[in-house]
Amino acid sequence: MPKTLFEKIWDRHVVETLPDGTVLIYIDRHLVHEVTSPQAFDGLRLSHRKVRRSELTFATMDHNVPTDGRGEIKDPISKAQIEALSKNCAEFGITLYDLKSDRQGIVHVIGPELGITLPGTTIVCGDSHTSTHGAFGALAFGIGTSEVEHVLATQCLPQKKPKTFKVEFTGKLQPHVTAKDMILKLIGQIGTAGATGCVLEYAGDAIRRLSMEERMTVCNMSIEAGARAGLIAPDEVTFEYFSRESRPFAPKNLEKAIQFWKTLPSDSDAKFHRELKIDASKISPQVTWGTSPGMVTDVTAKVPDPNEVPGYNPKDVEQALAYMGLVSGTPLEEVKVDTVFIGSCTNGRIEDLRRAAQIFKGRKVSSKVRALIVPGSEKVRHQAEREGLHEIFKAAGCEWRFSGCSMCLGMNPDQLKSGERSASTSNRNFEGRQGKGGRTHLVSPEMAAAAAVEGHFVDIRKWKEGSKV
Amino acid sequence: MKSFNNHQGLIALLDRANVDTDQIIPKQFLKKITRTGFGEHLFQDWRYLENGKPNPDFELNQDRFKGATILVARNNFGCGSSREHAVWAIEQYGFHVVIAPNVERGENVIPGFADIFRNNSLKNGLLTLELQEAEVEEIFQMVSRFKGLQAKVELEHQRVTLLLPEEISFHFEMDAAIKHRLIHGLDDIGITLQHEKAISSFEAKHDAQLKY
Repeated sequence: MPKTLFEKIWDRHVVETLPDGTVLIYIDRHLVHEVTSPQAFDGLRLSHRKVRRSELTFATMDHNVPTDGRGEIKDPISKAQIEALSKNCAEFGITLYDLKSDRQGIVHVIGPELGITLPGTTIVCGDSHTSTHGAFGALAFGIGTSEVEHVLATQCLPQKKPKTFKVEFTGKLQPHVTAKDMILKLIGQIGTAGATGCVLEYAGDAIRRLSMEERMTVCNMSIEAGARAGLIAPDEVTFEYFSRESRPFAPKNLEKAIQFWKTLPSDSDAKFHRELKIDASKISPQVTWGTSPGMVTDVTAKVPDPNEVPGYNPKDVEQALAYMGLVSGTPLEEVKVDTVFIGSCTNGRIEDLRRAAQIFKGRKVSSKVRALIVPGSEKVRHQAEREGLHEIFKAAGCEWRFSGCSMCLGMNPDQLKSGERSASTSNRNFEGRQGKGGRTHLVSPEMAAAAAVEGHFVDIRKWKEGSKV
Repeated sequence: MKSFNNHQGLIALLDRANVDTDQIIPKQFLKKITRTGFGEHLFQDWRYLENGKPNPDFELNQDRFKGATILVARNNFGCGSSREHAVWAIEQYGFHVVIAPNVERGENVIPGFADIFRNNSLKNGLLTLELQEAEVEEIFQMVSRFKGLQAKVELEHQRVTLLLPEEISFHFEMDAAIKHRLIHGLDDIGITLQHEKAISSFEAKHDAQLKY
């Protein structure tokens, strides 16, 4: 019977189907960070359980970490949580990339860098953006702390089989339109619960043309469409990611691995529960205007009328606009920002920084804007510094930081103040996400950089510096 | 895990869709390394004013909802971050049940709950149940009309009953396996560990396949 990529991975990981229909799925790789794990390790201790296979779990600290240096953590509660992870990893024999490590970074950035993320595997992490790893054709999904404990103790998870949803992006993207715009466009179209209960598979020639890093951006925000996971079939682009540089946990016999990986793509006649086509050539740069990632539109559009937003009740839209301090009918290009954040597991990789640097080169950040550039990992930071990108950022007036989740969720001191408005390359524009009362607009790295220069949003396709509001 | 069978209590209304876990429990409270102390921060930014006093405009601060144990909200409740702290906060505040509607909009079906939140709730004995959109609307109207309205939730019979002089009951769907685990308060990890043999033999075969 023809199978989808998802079904091929799923079937290879079924340990047992229980009488009640629950399926025990084997987990190949488990990623851990400081925020969602301490209670799981406590649970193990309380029930006198061991970690079944400590060599399959990898930990780092990313959510809480300061990005202005690698010295002492001033917040005692953050410090305690980070110390708890160190202690737990030592006690249970888990590999940890801590703040002293030059491989530390956002968990979803370092997994692929280290070769932990491999096609055809199952990957979980106590973090919803685990869907990022699906870019490699790995079935990767976010779990809660109880499930973290479950995986530590058993290396398995009881699951119900999700449905499959294929999204085909066809046609050539316009210049300066990016992977971020593709995924925002999809979320705007199907809504933040549009793929709940499903695993998305992204396909089509527009996906095939994306680099691995761009594919990660697409898969990263699958959760913002409600999906369990997002998948992209491995191809030559994927194989090249492993052949171009050595990654500590990647296969030693790459040829043999690639032979297997080539069997993974969905069969041409495989059936999906739902399918959708999007013409990528028609996608404009996207900007969110509300407090849900589905509240998104073209940069050339206006802040919408509450009665004309599909998928949202007028009351919810009114609430969102009030929170965002926006008035229906205002062109998005007239919306002024005072903070720009470039980073996160969505857009904090080297290609993202290169794209932002192209915009900042020879230009200055508007005097009214504070711009933060936070690399997704220490490896990305070192690479950017080798290429001199940090000098471009600093010359433009941006702050150049150490790696971490930073202002994506503001668990560390990098936060918006109440009423501040950001252009952010992160993944969530929820109320208070970047700081209580902060107003977030999600955009691509290029759009964020141009907004930093101009002090307001611009259509990056037509932008010439100095466009006046 | 805490078991769940029958529950009766006061209903509170939260007339909002897409309530995300950042609203349920904001990030600054995720730094705790224990499972306790989250209830007082449930809906922190909506619930309290800048000066720390309760926000009188927030639904759950209304006198009529004091002591509520059943929360009724709109679709896609618990979306966003996987933080299980959101479930702990809801439970520790005093809720035993959350009800949200399954909404149909053309070819899109918007479920009552986001996936990860739902998984997390059921692992903690917090019953999250979906009703049809019109049924949830009826609960909203009845609770608005009858102050102090209580409901009885029977997991065994998969039934929610509004305790009006003339009772109104709604049936809800529930996966049989999840229902069984909830009613008996079974330890998921314990159940999986009963399959130790199957896991070990799977591992031997699977590890060999992945040797490259």
